[in-house]
Amino acid sequence: MSLDVVLFTAIASAIAFSALAVVFSRNIVRSALWLLFTLIGVSLLYFLLGAEFVGATQLIVYVGGTMVLVVFGVMLTAQQQFLKIRIRPQEWLVAGILASALFVLLVTTSFHLGEGKNSPPAEPMPGSGPLGVGFLTQYLLPFEIISVHLLVVLIGAAYLARAKRRPGGNRD
Amino acid sequence: MTDFDFTYAVILMVVVFAAIMGSVAYLTFAERKISAWVQDRIGPNRVGPWGLLQVAADGLKFFFKEDIIPKHVDRVFYFLAPGIGVATALLAFSIVPFGPSTPAPGPVGVTAEKPLDAAIAQHEADVKSYHEHTIFALAPGLDIGILFAFAIGSLVVYGIILGGWSSNSKYSLLGSLRSSAQIISYEIPLGMSVLGVFLFAGSVNLEKILDYQIHHGWFILYQPLGFLLFIVSVYAECNRLPFDLPEAEQELVGGFHTEYGSMKLGLLLMVDYIHMITTSFFMAIIFFGGWHFPGLSNIDGIGGMVVKFLILGAKVFFFLMLYMIVRWTIPRFKFDQLMALAWQVMIPLAMVNLVSVMIVKEYQLTPWILTVTSIVTFLAAAVISTREKLTVIQRPVNAAHSA
Repeated sequence: MSLDVVLFTAIASAIAFSALAVVFSRNIVRSALWLLFTLIGVSLLYFLLGAEFVGATQLIVYVGGTMVLVVFGVMLTAQQQFLKIRIRPQEWLVAGILASALFVLLVTTSFHLGEGKNSPPAEPMPGSGPLGVGFLTQYLLPFEIISVHLLVVLIGAAYLARAKRRPGGNRD
Repeated sequence: MTDFDFTYAVILMVVVFAAIMGSVAYLTFAERKISAWVQDRIGPNRVGPWGLLQVAADGLKFFFKEDIIPKHVDRVFYFLAPGIGVATALLAFSIVPFGPSTPAPGPVGVTAEKPLDAAIAQHEADVKSYHEHTIFALAPGLDIGILFAFAIGSLVVYGIILGGWSSNSKYSLLGSLRSSAQIISYEIPLGMSVLGVFLFAGSVNLEKILDYQIHHGWFILYQPLGFLLFIVSVYAECNRLPFDLPEAEQELVGGFHTEYGSMKLGLLLMVDYIHMITTSFFMAIIFFGGWHFPGLSNIDGIGGMVVKFLILGAKVFFFLMLYMIVRWTIPRFKFDQLMALAWQVMIPLAMVNLVSVMIVKEYQLTPWILTVTSIVTFLAAAVISTREKLTVIQRPVNAAHSA
């Protein structure tokens, strides 16, 4: 067994464990924290595949940015009645059927992926330079659409979080 | 990318780990000695000659203390928090070229006389010779370079969040909120301050940035404002004074680590010192030319290697001592001042700096213009901020209470 396989096994099982822990945790804060470890594991997988830029971006955007907000939000709002998640049997049923269908689909697809390719491509992944050039030439329009989208989200968030003036009250 | 020497990697990792841990231990000693010197005391002088074994006594004390686990903590995350802190801090060091280095090979162009196969073969030969030359970094040639350090650095905040939440105590939770807000805020000027350097060097790889400085002069000459912003943000990221609100023992009842004891507390405190070492390397390499020193970098052979090590070591040592002296010189900020500094002063300054670098690059002007614009920007910011302070004082007092 090569080192790659050993590392992949370790990281993949860590991801699987933390992903299961997200689902099976009854406490919502713990759930959010396990999701954090799932995302870190996915970024480690990117590093293992040689896609360092994607891995670092995953860490900066999801782990360092989004998950901080999620963890903060959950920590500060998890009061008595929201702290424990209660799941009804119907929800188990629907979610279980959906999840197993998705699982079967992914497994069958991944078995077909390796057909006809005996070895991984010899060329390394493009580094940050070619990626940047690609963003500013061939994929400029999607790149700009995403940035405008993010701007809209920012303005929307600022609008939602503004100091609201209550009708009839003088306090601001 | 799997053709590396496993044994050598393991040996290098062990050596680097031991070196970092040893330096961390003696940094705590240096901190106590320097604080004593600044405050006109003697400092630790009982254990060993000149108190040099005080470090061992401190470490053993941490290990042999009773390992108290409060009943109300969340056990899994309570134990994970110090581990995450130390692991991420150590991981960030893996990209630092801590010795003599050569720049990583760039892409090889495909032309008519050089078809794809030949280009690939040449690139592979380049990479091979590079890997043989570069032995003083754990992850040499990582294309994203310092971006990796920033990505890993954004994980450090989780050690604090987890520690504060899992302790299940109000002091810890408030402390962790305060500290993580600080660290997240200062990540932005930290990243923006070095963007100008990246624009000049054309790479985020530390070895290439270093190589650029050997040919064009150190970046401190062209980016003094960038360096100032970088060093301030780094002090905030390391929780050093004047930004040590996470550990303000005197008036804020500690912080996220209030409920920790014995070696777990030791690990949490170690994180800051590991960061200090890593960031001192960053400052020396990005802004002060790494192992380069005029007239001393052309020596070949083992002697040259030793000289380069010594130069880099001296620069890093200087920044570490600067950390210590600043700690006992500048008093602590209040929390609102801390946040205002990051969002109202440092981010706009970093943007101005970045725009001036862009203009210089676009019109191919001499980079010395940036030295002037940096100083002018800094002075303008100083004038504006002192004037604003006057208006704050003149505001009517009852305006503050109506909010």
